[in-house]
Amino acid sequence: MVARIIPEPIRRKFPGLIALIFSLLFCRPSLVLAQESPYIVTYDHYLEEPGSLEVEYFSTFGTQRGGNDFDAFWTEFEYGATAWWTTELYVDGQTTFNDSTIFTGFRVENRFRLLQREHLVNPVLYIEYEQTSGADKILKEVEGHDVQSDYADSNAVLRKEHDHELEMKLLLSSTFKGWNVAVNPIVTKNLLPSEPWEFAYAIGASRPLALKASPNRCNFCLENFIAGVEMYGGLGDTQSAGLHDTSHYLAPVVAWNLPSDWTFRLSSGFGLNDNSHRLLLRWGISREFSGFGEVVGRLFGGRP
Amino acid sequence: MKAPFALFRPAGRVGPVIIASVVVISIIVVSVFGTRLAMAQKEDAAGRRNRKSTYAALAEAPEKASEKKNPFEGDTQAVAAGGKLFEQHCADCHGSKAGGTRQGPSLLREEVQQATPGTMFWILTNGVVRRGMPVWSKLPEQERWQIVTFLQSLKIQSVTHNQ
Repeated sequence: MVARIIPEPIRRKFPGLIALIFSLLFCRPSLVLAQESPYIVTYDHYLEEPGSLEVEYFSTFGTQRGGNDFDAFWTEFEYGATAWWTTELYVDGQTTFNDSTIFTGFRVENRFRLLQREHLVNPVLYIEYEQTSGADKILKEVEGHDVQSDYADSNAVLRKEHDHELEMKLLLSSTFKGWNVAVNPIVTKNLLPSEPWEFAYAIGASRPLALKASPNRCNFCLENFIAGVEMYGGLGDTQSAGLHDTSHYLAPVVAWNLPSDWTFRLSSGFGLNDNSHRLLLRWGISREFSGFGEVVGRLFGGRP
Repeated sequence: MKAPFALFRPAGRVGPVIIASVVVISIIVVSVFGTRLAMAQKEDAAGRRNRKSTYAALAEAPEKASEKKNPFEGDTQAVAAGGKLFEQHCADCHGSKAGGTRQGPSLLREEVQQATPGTMFWILTNGVVRRGMPVWSKLPEQERWQIVTFLQSLKIQSVTHNQ
């Protein structure tokens, strides 16, 4: 079928792109309601369903003291490889007002569920490699001694710095009586030998607005909304551990899970000290494509 | 010191083709690898496929969990709500009529239909991670019981039901 629709020269040049487009087009309509958590920074212990691809777009508007405000954005492709392993690719960029719009790097992340069954506290191991520039402002993690003044320079200056980091998190999460509580201790290492290990944290709590489903399919039922709060910040590094010269944020969050598989998230993060941006207004939109892995597998010769 | 992976220099120096290629190749590699892994798991299972192993997880439910009573037993509203939840969260793998697909077993078999509500609730909560069923504790407890109520409302199918 691909051969009939796409001309040969294009097929030769962009085989991967064509495979991706066909996979998304022919993914069967998903019946899976995402039931995504509202967190944007914190992770709970729930992984992507096996074979499903979730495509997400997030935007962060941040105010900047002594510089231009910015809008940082990233796209996530999250794939459930198995019930215990989720893998993810991030592509980051940002617009600094009165300056420029630039691509700022990418991240590859994997999450591994460590225990087969549910426990009071459920651990998931998170490992990420990121290759970003100093102009990356998505603030998905606030680590070590990251402070808002780090981002005050122009993009031309910031983009000269290159970061190659390995980041590890232990995602500890518990769900009880509808409440989810998640705690993520974070350790980051810039791969340059001279750079110290950096520490950070993210914690969150959330709950659906209704714990019982209504019998009818509806967009505005309370059960579709999950509200919560998350807090995140840096904890210094191996050379200078502690809270001095660190930034911290408190952010109310809400997610709206639609029966049509779309999820909207909104978060307004407030800086808790002078080292923090005053406001980080974030929003995100995502959609889940179930059966994606099977469709791609079939395109590459798997069993029909 | 020269940065590793210098090909992928960020900060605007990377062409859109490279970015698109990284995205596309990563997704395809992971998708194909994941699918192959899932297929390998399935084929492994097929080699020793019998109903006992497919439904063996039901027997792993602790006694205390199995004895839990369904708070919505006989509640028709809960059946309807459970049906909606089943369609949203379960039908993709277990089939819209719960008869099973390549991804998940039939829930109409006597093994499931004769299981206690507490056992079904336990399976929903804990999943069967090694066989590809995720944990569903992210659904509130009452919603999980609503799904159990819906499953209990399904008619017991013949043992020879074709998966």
